Amino acid sequence: MTIFDRDLVRRRRERAATRFHEYDFLFREVGERLADRLDDVTRTFPRALDLGCHTGVLAEALAGRGGIRELVQCDLSLAMTRRAVAMTQRAEGERPPGLASVAVVADEEWLPFAPGSFDLIVSNLSLHWVNDLPGALVQARNALKPDGLFIATLFGGGTLSELRTALMDAEDAEEGGWSPRVSPFPVTGDLGHLLQRAGFALPVVDADRITVSYPDTIRLMTDLRGMGETNAVLERRRVPTRRATLAAAAARYAERFAGTDGRLPATFEILTLTAWSPHESQPKPAKPGSAGMSLAEALSSQGCP
Amino acid sequence: MTERSAGIDPKLLEILVCPRVRTPGSLRYDAEAQELVSEAAGLAYPIRDGIPIMLISEARPLDRDRAKTTD
Repeated sequence: MTIFDRDLVRRRRERAATRFHEYDFLFREVGERLADRLDDVTRTFPRALDLGCHTGVLAEALAGRGGIRELVQCDLSLAMTRRAVAMTQRAEGERPPGLASVAVVADEEWLPFAPGSFDLIVSNLSLHWVNDLPGALVQARNALKPDGLFIATLFGGGTLSELRTALMDAEDAEEGGWSPRVSPFPVTGDLGHLLQRAGFALPVVDADRITVSYPDTIRLMTDLRGMGETNAVLERRRVPTRRATLAAAAARYAERFAGTDGRLPATFEILTLTAWSPHESQPKPAKPGSAGMSLAEALSSQGCP
Repeated sequence: MTERSAGIDPKLLEILVCPRVRTPGSLRYDAEAQELVSEAAGLAYPIRDGIPIMLISEARPLDRDRAKTTD
């Protein structure tokens, strides 16, 4: 099923690349949290892939962690990828230490990597723009070595709920109907299944919320555009939104959601997916009927009354 | 064109495959044209400043190869 216009996603990123550093705060925050998870794992990951690297924000957070020696950064946009390369090629002392990096322009839906290429695949706030998420996950799993780790963050269903509500209300009132304005995002429950179906072992999905406060809706929209995250849904309306509708949406946003200080909260739900490519050494549930002792025996042997 | 070639990391070449056919060894590096050629898919993927552009939509179909003008 095709929901997103991938060409448009790419053009949005191309356009956002130049000034991305002014709007990358969410990517930095979430990237930092993603990288933190590597500190909890005792394994090392000599060769890693950053899927949807944007300007290399995650590479900076990953430097010196997880035993990563080589990092392949890839993104749908050449402009983003160029910046990612430039970041890791800066002079000694200014670039993240101990990290050799190469870059590729690639589409998450059509990964150009041989099976078993990586010990680790990370992806920071990129996979929510993929049409065929199950397919992309299968490809990521294939590109991992056995017992390789996959960690991805993406925006979840609770993201921009305030904006979604305000726009829908306003459009309904002003124009007598509404069209999709904010991307459909996946929800937590689906993703565990998707990971399992993609052949991953030990899948874990968790959700986090980050609330950003804005002086007005214009600043929120500027930020979304700066991040390259504005609507790329194929069914979106091709005509510009009427001024009256936008004004009504801004008013409704303020009316319904403004805090006591008058500032507007915008919720970003961050889903984190963690899973491993299968390996014999991983814990598995015992086969049904394989126990050597009945539950009653086991309990009585422990001295239970 | 060759003076612009930044080359490509040999280690990266080892792991790259044609995204359409996805078989290991499906790409041939053409250093002069700065392209990664997939005979199986009939596509040539451009390399810009050492960055391979592995997008099917950006690849050059190979049958136009012979009629290629020097640019």
